[in-house]
Amino acid sequence: MATPAVLQFRKSFLAPILSLIAVVLAAEIIDHSFNAYIQLIFLYICINIILALSLNLVNGFTGQFSIGHAGFMAVGAYTSAFLSTHPSLFGYEIRFLPASLDFFNYPIYALAGGLTAAAAGYVVGLPSLRLKGDYLAIVTLGFGEIIRVILLNTEAVGGARGLFGISSPADITIAGIEISAFAQSFFWAATAMVLTFIFLWRLINSSHGRGFLSVREDEIAAEAMGINTTNIKVLAFVLSSFFAGIAGSVFAHSTHYLNPSTFSFQKSVDVIIMVVLGGMGSLTGSIVAAIIVSVLPELILRPLQDYTHVDLRMVIYSLLLIIFMIMRPQGIFGTTEISFANLMKSFFHGRKDVIKNS
Amino acid sequence: MQEFVQHLINGISLGSIYALIALGYTMVYGILQLINFAHSEVYMVGAFAAYYTARVLGLDAKPGVLTFITVLVAAMAVCSILGVTIERLAYRPLRKAPKLNSLITAIGVSLLLQYSGQIIFGADPKVFPNILEDASLASFGDVNLRLFDVTILIVGIIFMIALHYLIHYTKTGKAMRAVSNNQVVASLMGINGDKVIAMTFVIGSSLAGVGAVLVGMKYPKIDPLMGMLIGLKAFTAAVLGGIGNLGGAVLGGVLMGVCEEFVVGYLSSTYRDAVAFAILIVILLFRPSGLLGRSQVEKV
Amino acid sequence: MSSKILEAKNITMQFGGLKAVENFNIQIHAGELVGLIGPNGAGKTTVFNMLTGVYQPTHGEIFIDGHRTKGLKAFEISHLGMTRTFQNIRLFKDLNVLENVLIASHQNTDYTIIQAVLKTPQFYEEEEALTAKAMALLKIFDLDKKAKFQSGSLPYGEQRKLEIVRALATDPKIILLDEPAAGMNHKETEALMHLISYIRKEFKLSVLLIEHDMKLVMGICERLIVLDHGVTICQGAPEVVRKDDKVIAAYLGVDAHLESNA
Repeated sequence: MATPAVLQFRKSFLAPILSLIAVVLAAEIIDHSFNAYIQLIFLYICINIILALSLNLVNGFTGQFSIGHAGFMAVGAYTSAFLSTHPSLFGYEIRFLPASLDFFNYPIYALAGGLTAAAAGYVVGLPSLRLKGDYLAIVTLGFGEIIRVILLNTEAVGGARGLFGISSPADITIAGIEISAFAQSFFWAATAMVLTFIFLWRLINSSHGRGFLSVREDEIAAEAMGINTTNIKVLAFVLSSFFAGIAGSVFAHSTHYLNPSTFSFQKSVDVIIMVVLGGMGSLTGSIVAAIIVSVLPELILRPLQDYTHVDLRMVIYSLLLIIFMIMRPQGIFGTTEISFANLMKSFFHGRKDVIKNS
Repeated sequence: MQEFVQHLINGISLGSIYALIALGYTMVYGILQLINFAHSEVYMVGAFAAYYTARVLGLDAKPGVLTFITVLVAAMAVCSILGVTIERLAYRPLRKAPKLNSLITAIGVSLLLQYSGQIIFGADPKVFPNILEDASLASFGDVNLRLFDVTILIVGIIFMIALHYLIHYTKTGKAMRAVSNNQVVASLMGINGDKVIAMTFVIGSSLAGVGAVLVGMKYPKIDPLMGMLIGLKAFTAAVLGGIGNLGGAVLGGVLMGVCEEFVVGYLSSTYRDAVAFAILIVILLFRPSGLLGRSQVEKV
Repeated sequence: MSSKILEAKNITMQFGGLKAVENFNIQIHAGELVGLIGPNGAGKTTVFNMLTGVYQPTHGEIFIDGHRTKGLKAFEISHLGMTRTFQNIRLFKDLNVLENVLIASHQNTDYTIIQAVLKTPQFYEEEEALTAKAMALLKIFDLDKKAKFQSGSLPYGEQRKLEIVRALATDPKIILLDEPAAGMNHKETEALMHLISYIRKEFKLSVLLIEHDMKLVMGICERLIVLDHGVTICQGAPEVVRKDDKVIAAYLGVDAHLESNA
């Protein structure tokens, strides 16, 4: 008779497996129901969710203010794209899979992108995380810009002209079933999104997760209770950068073209808005906010822009940022996750509640 | 040697402008412990205020001291009003909130002004009016002392002396120093913290206006995003000198200007802007309290 | 001969020109309950901060269970077996009661991130064990029923108790309590006295206590050290210390001392 621990372990596979099935179904449904423009939006939703979740880990759960997230996304994007456009590196073959299994190259590119971004996160985080609040923000902003400028001046990845011809899946037919390029792209994007969420959710609900929270709440008390606060901060930063890199990789293979100007401070601000809107400290809040930020511009701003001939997106975003920080800094969901009971409490009771479940 | 002197002159001139803007950052940080991201946009608005004032009053084609002063006053006035308004609407509600909230709000205000500026003023650069005729005042071999540079230096020095006098010899200045030191105790002594803070923003923003006019005079191309780069450099200057320290802002500004000119002169102009970034990161990582600042010990 | 859990030799804390604490010496053996008293501003919390690694002493050496702590960070000192509570309560306010206690167990958690993310049996078992241990601790202090309450919403006295529970969860050898009875009424202080005696016996702890409440100090401390303006002016058994002239002068002023002799 298996112990409760083992039973729980087996049960823990349920969520990932169900999610994977949902992803496959969603891929097919979206594939056949919408046009290419809307399909791209679905990809952006996945990318934005990964970005928001990963930034929330540092800003929301660990309480460190990082505003250079776009830099790590760029590192992941360019690494992934570079690998896909170069079948060999320094004379060595880096394509291990036969052409028929090209579909499985994408998670490899993504992993490479994520790991490179994580390394960048380590290099940036280690010296910077000693700094507090404002100063940390400035340094991360600075590093984000430095990464962009380096990419701008690196001819090997196209420099200012950008990187063209990034590969993406092609329509294939397996055993008589047609699987479109989009379905494959979406599969990887959504899978990455699901895995990111599950990873971070489980991480937060573990001892390390509590470590992050303790650093946010009171660093000195955390240190007194034996938490290596520097390590914890760097860990959060590195993990956050890893997932930003994955998001970058998905982005690169969805848009087939990269330009350093995409990864400017404005992009970092986009992600900050998602995290602030959703609630710094709520994973589900980040998901909702990411969806809103991906969809709203298309639903409201684009028609508005066509009508007024003026791009109001950033004006509205910055106003939202200000209004939220003044009137509802906890965002929509604060530090609580979505559950019906919490939804009701959040909206009607405002800030904190007496009973708190994480 | 002559090249050296020329670069030095250019550097000090540029540095004076950085110093004027850096003072705004440092004053606000000293009193509110807030990095006023929007300061660079207040500066930008000052430049446009000067531009439109000159256009409206028809001073475009009449360079001279009177034009210069008119435009200067206009820029200072608009900047002060804008600065105080921002403080009142965006920063005051957050006085008691965690510092991070104010930081995010400041970024929000900065972006709002940038993008609104692009819509209102148009994203294309405009040509700053000719408010003063440049001339070569003196020449020592290859070294050229130009009117613009001298003007910048003199105007800069005048305002810095005025500020010094204000801070150290007037009641208002004393109040500002008190609030900067300990706001709670200052209010117990009867000092109106709100008024003092508003005053700080007025002064800091006016100085940004002065800087804007001087920059517009010397580099006549202005656009709604012009604040970003110079804001970064001025902020770096403030941090370099020791944020919160007025003398530090001046020292930092001059150092930044001179460094930038020397890097451009002796290395390459492509690194002009990178210098600021590099200095900022090095300072923050190795000596965050700056050259003239003191490190804080946290009380447990 | 029981071992010395804590030893400080001539530690001094200097801030610029100010000597907050000068040549402080202390030795605490296993199981002892020692009180550190003195008027406000005497430097007592500064001593705590030096012992726990928040400040690095300007001079002197500190040993915890024989290990020298020079250059060690606060969290490393915690791993050596020293823990503390704070004068101004420093709970993790946004987290619930149970989470506050669980965080203190992080240093004794063996599972890795990978195991946590995969929810392996080891992860599950350790979490169960940690939660059980935390709940047991909370029960001693009558806080178990409020395990899911947000810690910032607890009444003041319970927040102080929670800080102690949290500190205990680090499996310490010695616990430093900084004014644990502050803000408590007589009944609560009595209960606290019993609690401190209880945990000292039950968890085989040494206790160093800063307190102003003389009833508590005299009631449970075996030994007292008196600090005034950063300098140790007296130490010994409570009955001896309370009658010492220098101590009375420090607390009540020189005139009171003269008056009591008149």
